[in-house]
Amino acid sequence: MGTIVLKEIVDNLGLEVKTCAEKLETTKVSGGYVSDLMSDVIANSKEGDLWVTIQAHQNIVAIATLRELSGVIIANGKQPESETLEHATQENVPILLSNLTSFEVVGRLYQMGLRSS
Amino acid sequence: MHTCLSPCADIWNTPKRLIEKAREQGIHIIGISDHNAAENVAPALRYAEKYGSGEITVIPGMEITTAEEIHILGLFGDLEQVLEMQSFVYARLSGKNEPEVFGEQIIVNEDEEVLGFNEHLLSGAISASLEEVIERIHSLGGVAIAAHVDRPSFSVISQLGFIPESARFDAVELSSSITLKEARRRFPEIARYSVISSSDAHYLHWIGNATTEFLLAQPGLDEIVLALKQKDGRRILME
Repeated sequence: MGTIVLKEIVDNLGLEVKTCAEKLETTKVSGGYVSDLMSDVIANSKEGDLWVTIQAHQNIVAIATLRELSGVIIANGKQPESETLEHATQENVPILLSNLTSFEVVGRLYQMGLRSS
Repeated sequence: MHTCLSPCADIWNTPKRLIEKAREQGIHIIGISDHNAAENVAPALRYAEKYGSGEITVIPGMEITTAEEIHILGLFGDLEQVLEMQSFVYARLSGKNEPEVFGEQIIVNEDEEVLGFNEHLLSGAISASLEEVIERIHSLGGVAIAAHVDRPSFSVISQLGFIPESARFDAVELSSSITLKEARRRFPEIARYSVISSSDAHYLHWIGNATTEFLLAQPGLDEIVLALKQKDGRRILME
């Protein structure tokens, strides 16, 4: 599968951009991963993946940095803690919000052609 | 409370400073509970020795992350028990810490000298379930407390949605951001348990943000166990 530019996903799904708006055009998404267990994401996500979760605490930024993920979509209308956004800005991790459920978000990403890497 | 061994805690949270700050706050008993590790319990016990018993008592503990990513507070009667718990945890904890991402994990002595760095991924979860961890804590003679049940992450309620009957907690803990009254309204199921409140201090200035008052004959875990069970006149004084 080819990669998709993050900006395209943001526009298509109507995501609210909380951090790193300036790098949406240059960030390439090579795959997707969905999970709410940190340890599972550490073990199984791949570099370049866009991560869909309902977790909103600051550890998601550490994990996105560690695994070099292309961004995090926080689904289901969950609001990130302020520390999460501060860290994400520092670490250059795009944090995107959606009012859709994880199921809906992942379904739409799949429709756009995104797959597990 | 956490020492500088916990990756997410302040590096100035040395056992010595935690104890001095607790004394300043008029606290007589503290629990040292780092994430998935206990190397800084011994220096805390040693530093506390310079004060008379009754002035400050250190309870050896650990905040364990179960496979479900639930934080359980294990409190133990002595150093040996908590170190045995640490062996159980290390055997089930994989990954290496990346200090730049998660934070430093500093092992110190009672004089705040750095002895080394813990290399385990202490921010991770161990491959044992909630029930297995509680059973292990109990078999070692410790007390298992559901940590910060009011918090939106890493609490038994945030992860599972409720407190399962199969999890034989000895008490539940509230964070400093909620009153007992509010907690009872939002989480009616905690009525089944004794409730304590603690600071979960990751920074020195958090110490004293929340405390629990116990009526005990003397400080120590065995007395706290009686208070949690409301036995022999021991109890929690809280409202």
